[in-house]
Amino acid sequence: MLLIHCPYCDETLPEAEFAYAGEAHVDRPADPMALSDDEWAAFLFIRSNPKGVHAERWRHVHGCARFFNAERDTVTDAFVSTYRAGEPRPGTKCSAGAPAGDDMKVAAE
Amino acid sequence: MSTHRIAGKGRFDHGGPVRFTFDGKRYEGRRGDTIASALLAHGVHLMGRSFKYHRPRGPVCAGTEEPNALVETSRGKGRFEPNTRATAQELREGLEVRSQNRIGSLAFDLQAVNDLVHPLFSAGFYYKTFMWPRSFWDRVYEPVIRRAAGLGRAPDAPDPDRYAHRNLHTELLVIGAGPAGLAAALAAARAGAEVTLVDEHAEMGGALLSDPDVVIDGKPAWDWLAAALAELDRLGVRRLTRTTAIGYYHQNFVGLCQKLTDHLDEPPEGAPRERMWHVRAVRVILAQGALEKPLVFDGNDRPGVMLAGAAQTYLNRYGVLVGDTPAIVTSHDSAYHAAFDLADAGAKVAAIVDVRAAPGEGVLVEARRRGIEVLTSHTVTGTNGRLRVKSLRVAPVSGGRVGAARTIACDCVLMCGGWTPSLHLFSHTKGTLKWDEALDAFLPDRSAEECHIAGAGRGLWGYGAALADGAEIGVTAARALGLDAEAAAPVVERDRTGTGETFKELPTDGDAGRKRAFVDFQNDVTAKDIRLAVKEGMRSIEHVKRYTTNGMATDQGKMSNVNGLMIASDAVGKAPPQVGLTTFRPPYTPTTFGAFAGYHRGRHFEVTRRTPIDPWAEAHGAAFEPVSLWRRAWYFPKAGEDMDAAVARECAATRGSVGIFDASTLGKIEVQGPDAVEFMNRMYTNPWTKLGIGRARYGLLLGEDGYIRDDGVIGRLGEDLFHVTTTTGGAARVLNMMEDYIQTEWPDLKVWLTSTTEQWATVALNGPNARRVLEPLVEGQDLSAEAFPHMSVAECTVAGFPARLFRISFTGELGFEINVPARHGLALWEALMKEGERYDICPYGTETMHVLRAEKGFIIVGQDTDGTVTPDDAGLSWAIGKKKADFVGMRSLRRPDLVAEGRKQLVGLMTEDGDVKLDEGAQVVADPEQALPMKMIGHVTSSYYSAALGRHFAMALVEGGRDLEGRDVFVPTPEGIRRATVTTTAFYDPAGERLKV
Repeated sequence: MLLIHCPYCDETLPEAEFAYAGEAHVDRPADPMALSDDEWAAFLFIRSNPKGVHAERWRHVHGCARFFNAERDTVTDAFVSTYRAGEPRPGTKCSAGAPAGDDMKVAAE
Repeated sequence: MSTHRIAGKGRFDHGGPVRFTFDGKRYEGRRGDTIASALLAHGVHLMGRSFKYHRPRGPVCAGTEEPNALVETSRGKGRFEPNTRATAQELREGLEVRSQNRIGSLAFDLQAVNDLVHPLFSAGFYYKTFMWPRSFWDRVYEPVIRRAAGLGRAPDAPDPDRYAHRNLHTELLVIGAGPAGLAAALAAARAGAEVTLVDEHAEMGGALLSDPDVVIDGKPAWDWLAAALAELDRLGVRRLTRTTAIGYYHQNFVGLCQKLTDHLDEPPEGAPRERMWHVRAVRVILAQGALEKPLVFDGNDRPGVMLAGAAQTYLNRYGVLVGDTPAIVTSHDSAYHAAFDLADAGAKVAAIVDVRAAPGEGVLVEARRRGIEVLTSHTVTGTNGRLRVKSLRVAPVSGGRVGAARTIACDCVLMCGGWTPSLHLFSHTKGTLKWDEALDAFLPDRSAEECHIAGAGRGLWGYGAALADGAEIGVTAARALGLDAEAAAPVVERDRTGTGETFKELPTDGDAGRKRAFVDFQNDVTAKDIRLAVKEGMRSIEHVKRYTTNGMATDQGKMSNVNGLMIASDAVGKAPPQVGLTTFRPPYTPTTFGAFAGYHRGRHFEVTRRTPIDPWAEAHGAAFEPVSLWRRAWYFPKAGEDMDAAVARECAATRGSVGIFDASTLGKIEVQGPDAVEFMNRMYTNPWTKLGIGRARYGLLLGEDGYIRDDGVIGRLGEDLFHVTTTTGGAARVLNMMEDYIQTEWPDLKVWLTSTTEQWATVALNGPNARRVLEPLVEGQDLSAEAFPHMSVAECTVAGFPARLFRISFTGELGFEINVPARHGLALWEALMKEGERYDICPYGTETMHVLRAEKGFIIVGQDTDGTVTPDDAGLSWAIGKKKADFVGMRSLRRPDLVAEGRKQLVGLMTEDGDVKLDEGAQVVADPEQALPMKMIGHVTSSYYSAALGRHFAMALVEGGRDLEGRDVFVPTPEGIRRATVTTTAFYDPAGERLKV
């Protein structure tokens, strides 16, 4: 069982208190109807699925109930960082919501 | 009569006998014996039959890695256990032990015929033998294989024992209390660390228990051990024996299974049998030692053939001499010490056969001093003896050629093929291993956790080395904890050092293909099988393993993996690390389900949620059904009624007069705040801006992919307040989804969500007399059709309780849903029942609710939808706000696949014969004459008998279903193909006249 640091409670707690909630920094488009079918499909279905550090969302569902973001290494399962929703990914210059893309490699290094 | 118990030998009290039976025969053992040591004391080696060939087998080892001596044990009713390791289970008074995996007696097993036809059972025989004819599989092969397969019988009574769970946080967890683990625990505890030390055996000491002659710090080994344990206790170290570290998980989370009562004659009443410890340690030291490997030669599996180290343990720890004339076969110096100990205890050692050319000089001197014949550069070409080994054929090997053989008489063969560092737990953590050329063994490489490995686990040999390393690692761990520590390695005299070599199967004369040289005893895998697998194309050890089943038995190949690898790598022609090592997975040893389940069984397995009205339903004989975690009243049978009769009566009573239903389980979410209406507009498909205060609307919730997720009636109680209802099972999911959007997509919206599911009790009244029953109890709200039309909501008083009153209908009848604070739910129900007496008010359950809603074509999300159904598929396009710019899932409704022709649509099905009920889930086909496999165009989602229609009816999702209206489709059933006509889903009162009252 993993230990996870909740950035809102500022406590490190067992995984059983948390729920996984998919990849982070995938923003819902402001005007979905303006998107082409392909663009919308990319938002709906395409995720980065890296081997290495992955930015992802967790919810402290049996605690403060807040959604937050985390960087976790998908090879070792080790958490690199956790941070509040809306904050930029640590070690990247991109603002929250910018596509992760190449920044993923920066964080992995 | 213990023929092989040696006076003055052994760790424990030779007094009071412990009585037990083996295959019905009475035996006596000593307190502290295992089943195996007690039987060996009586000269009994034959303890089981092998899995595939049913060959007679005896114990190979003296620990939990035992592959052969698996027995059934019974400690009374319900306390039956198959596959108990005779080498690990301690005796207790009255223990019943039976051999397993045999037909007939253990000495004469009818299934041993398998051994005579063993060429039929070569590697991969399943895939080769049972291919044809295909029709034989179901009728012949499978039943026979099922009957023959498996070790032992499954218990057939519920387990009456209790199992406990406990959490533990510790600074330093030391796994293994052999010399390295003890030294590590001592060093760390002396430095002030908070230490937990665990060992799977009944006693701590590890190999020291089998080597009393070693001298440590000037004291005999056992005196040093006693002093060390006493010091650990003084230092406050938590010591757990009979405790196996079964799994090592992330962030130093270790599962320990502690056996508490299996060794006790009379366990205390109510005491747990086992306890699972969930340990979180800052640092972990693995001091699990090494496992002795067998040598691979023809007939190495006969009873009486065992590991040399095991024989040494039986002698020194249990006072049992496993044979009078042992022959030793070895490739490691350690077996010499076993030979010396047995010789010194009175055994006549027949010979030491060493596969190597040059054993250690020290052991050769000792052997000569005792007059033991040593044959170097020799191989074993076979053994003899049916139920017990009688002799050994040995031959010199020179330049790869096997010379003339000679036969050596013996009554046991003690083998040693070297030692494998026990790195199972380290592998659980994804720590990497590295092949060591000098040791021919995998050693730990990179660690993924805050863990250290000490002693034989990292390839060190000898007590001095293990103790020094343990002390050093203990200091390292203590310093990592921020403590000051100094290492003090004990001084060891009369150490038993040595080296060895690792071999593939031993060279033999004659036809190697006819030799039965076992690698994996438990799964009956021979060297020939592994070579055959390579010949047939397997190159990776993972493939060889699966094809031959080498290492796939319950011992996870603790003895067989490295031998299998040596043979496979020789056959492939590559170095062992290139062929690879299979992955070890938890648990380290087989673990009872009870230990995992712990307290979470029976009523404690899962919570049962009950509504405030549940006690009334129970008192009135309701049948219940589980709906997610809720227990809901299913129907209320009267005397003599079955479910169909009760449901038909409840339906008729509701449509005829009035029915009452406990709807408290409906999910309820309060949506509140200045932006509540904007939030509702964005979440639900429907428009909410113009919904007036005091009005309610059916709400449909989609996922972003456009598929239906949930639905429910939503009432507007104020400018900024909505009372949202969800499906019973969807309440938590919907709240999670709403919170997700509020917190992460639209944090600017001023809106707050509160789950109120358990705050409100909800009672539904339905039927033409519903208003008449309710009206006298309501204050503060005019219930007339004009003042309170269909789809209204009001806050008022009902039966004296503050209430949120909805006029809505899930039945097609005049309907009300009354929400009162949960604590008043039962009183409200009783008041309504009393008021309804004159209208013959009828309580109904979930089944009648389902029938009544289906008669109106109302969907149940999750029954009539399955996560791939759009609003249009379900006939709910009307629920979508046409002028809305956006809502969750809106964009997806224009995706090409979601607007394509031929999607499955929800339709009604009327069977040709109204008495025929279609099964929910049954497949729908267009043409029953088509060739198999038929093209399935849909499936039945709901199917009931309708009292109102006087016949059965169904709903189904059918491709292009609405275009098929009036046409026939066919539903294959076990009774034959049924014809059914496609209809709309408005089966009853399609114009909704009954609501207009």
